Amino acid sequence: MTTTLLLQVVVSGLLLGAVYALFSSGLSLIWGMMNVVNFAHGEFVMLGMYTAVVVWTAMGGGPWASVPIAAILIGTLGVLAYFLLVRHIMRGPMLAQILGTFGLALFLRYGALWVFGANFKTLPDDLVGHSFILGGIRFEGSRVLAGAVGFIVTVLLHLLLTRTSVGSRMLAVSEDATAAQLMGIRPQRMQALAWALAGAATGIAGALVATFFYTSPTVGETLAIVAFVTVALGGFGSVLGALVAGLLIGVVESLSAFLIGPVYKDVIVYAVFVLVLWFRPQGLMGTT
Amino acid sequence: MGRVNIAFCGVGRASLFGGLMTKIVRRAFVAGAVLSAFSPISRANAQQTVKIGVLYPLSGNAASAGNYSKMAIELGADLVNKGDPELAKLMPIAKGGGLSGLNGAKIELVVADNQGTPAAGQNQTLRLITQEKVVAMVGAYQSGITQTASAVAEKYGIPFVAPESTAADLTERGFKWFFRTTPIATNFAKAYSDFLKEQKAAGLKADSIAIVYENTEYGKSTSTAIGDLFVKEGRNVTMKVPYSANSTDVQPQVLQLKEKNPDVVVFISYTSDAILYTKTLKALNWKPEIMMADSSGFNDQAYVKSMGHEVEGLVSRSAFAPGKPGSIAAICEALYKKKTGGDGLDDVSSRSFQGFLVLADAINRAGSTEPAKIQAALKATNMPADQMAVGYNGVKFDDKGQNTLGSSLLIQMRDGHYVPVWPKAKATANVILPFKGWTK
Repeated sequence: MTTTLLLQVVVSGLLLGAVYALFSSGLSLIWGMMNVVNFAHGEFVMLGMYTAVVVWTAMGGGPWASVPIAAILIGTLGVLAYFLLVRHIMRGPMLAQILGTFGLALFLRYGALWVFGANFKTLPDDLVGHSFILGGIRFEGSRVLAGAVGFIVTVLLHLLLTRTSVGSRMLAVSEDATAAQLMGIRPQRMQALAWALAGAATGIAGALVATFFYTSPTVGETLAIVAFVTVALGGFGSVLGALVAGLLIGVVESLSAFLIGPVYKDVIVYAVFVLVLWFRPQGLMGTT
Repeated sequence: MGRVNIAFCGVGRASLFGGLMTKIVRRAFVAGAVLSAFSPISRANAQQTVKIGVLYPLSGNAASAGNYSKMAIELGADLVNKGDPELAKLMPIAKGGGLSGLNGAKIELVVADNQGTPAAGQNQTLRLITQEKVVAMVGAYQSGITQTASAVAEKYGIPFVAPESTAADLTERGFKWFFRTTPIATNFAKAYSDFLKEQKAAGLKADSIAIVYENTEYGKSTSTAIGDLFVKEGRNVTMKVPYSANSTDVQPQVLQLKEKNPDVVVFISYTSDAILYTKTLKALNWKPEIMMADSSGFNDQAYVKSMGHEVEGLVSRSAFAPGKPGSIAAICEALYKKKTGGDGLDDVSSRSFQGFLVLADAINRAGSTEPAKIQAALKATNMPADQMAVGYNGVKFDDKGQNTLGSSLLIQMRDGHYVPVWPKAKATANVILPFKGWTK
């Protein structure tokens, strides 16, 4: 085994991890803002992917067109989900919150099955540009773009939350909505904004993932599991934690699949996951 | 007397349906048992038709495949009852005018929906046998449903022909009334092995072989069958790569392949993974000398449409080959297209069609609607290759009821479509190797 090949495995893992981070940040944001787990998160990704497929089939547009459109569409979907569903179920018992977004997930999944059909769709792989070689290592254009955007979006979300007044207001609402209201902040407006941002980030993720993955109504199921693990490992509510956790999972997964065997990779990933949570139950970068 | 006892055994089971059902079913059971015990021959003479139970998924997830199979069997019945002049020259059973062995008795299909569940398949088979009085059964597409349905037929001593279900254990149950015409994984393995032997003789590199498979029942049993036979025939399996179906990423597997660089790779995958493997092979730019696939995901229309042009030269398997003009397969496909309004026979529907023809032929030779005589005729089946509508070498059952002459032909991807290339007798194009893959 050559060093180049091993480096290739690590690079593949890092790029994969950046994508995991990208479609986990929205989930993390929602949790951090309002302690609600969005079980429809995978379906948001799925709809972002279909946006890319439709943009391409209808007008031949690549990610430059589909990413902004998906951001707007899924961001809007997030706001709608907040006002029509989440705002109401937040007053209910914990079980209602879980089943509420889970119901939304099923509604979106079977809605997609009805509208788009069960068949797998794919985008042409030269939509983003061919793969290139750097130092003997192959970089796939579409994955590099997705990974880079994932990195940037996550860092931007983190900066927004920690370095801007809007971010401070959002965090204030998540800390104590009543106190924030007394300070002149409208909690519902901030929470709706969180759903819009989370939806937009998830839509962007979907549109980019679609350039190298297949799209089908049930693809959300496949991807959502990774998102939940990433968010839990990174620390619920920590956007930057999701980035670190995503990269860690990507590399561990790639290396263990390559060195030990693909069927064992999940065992290793979840062993790491359990170990980290054993010592840091709040996740890598979460706060207690 | 034996049959009457069997019928009473069934009453206990039927009580599951509740009081009223039990009464009706019990009456039907007793009536049916008495009839079949005392007057099997008079029954045939009185009816002038031969009732065959047809069990397929006509609703539920697999409804599309089930409906295509049902239409294929209806075409088979039409050929026996009405005939086709062109086909009659090649196949005696397509003369029309009913079954000659039973004084021209017509075949009557009694179609039932197994709803995609083993329980419904069981209940419907019970109904077909006890109330509709079918003399034989054909079905049921999904292996799990074939399993429960054929158990009912076994209990009542009614022949059950399974044209499509490939799960190995179906013919390992010691059943006496179960007959399977479709080839199973061991047959596919033999085809792959013979094909590779020929390619090696033709000067291609085929010395190291990797088998990449999803690790549920389908992938595991198929990879074991292929691996064992390859080893037995002296082919060098250097890598076995199991993976979990519905992966989010297959880059490490492809990099493993790239590192070991085997000459031949055999993929046993469902559609989603087939797409990912194809995309990743291209992205990491690695291709084997010969790339093979065990049907399923790689034959899915969704895969062929989206990935066909990325796997030029991929070798897969199918039971059906369109055949040369004027061949049985070509005529049957034309008739089938007329029936379906444009859709041709495919791997599954062609196997249903063939299974039904085998059953019809057996009933004809039995010259009787007595189940035991049909069973004996099925056991004696020896249909030669030139009577096949699919790519089998013929139909001949072993003691377990498995067709020993079942075989698949190999198809190769050419410009986004599969064409039959092997064996030569059934090919419409030559094998072109090494594997080309993506063309741009």
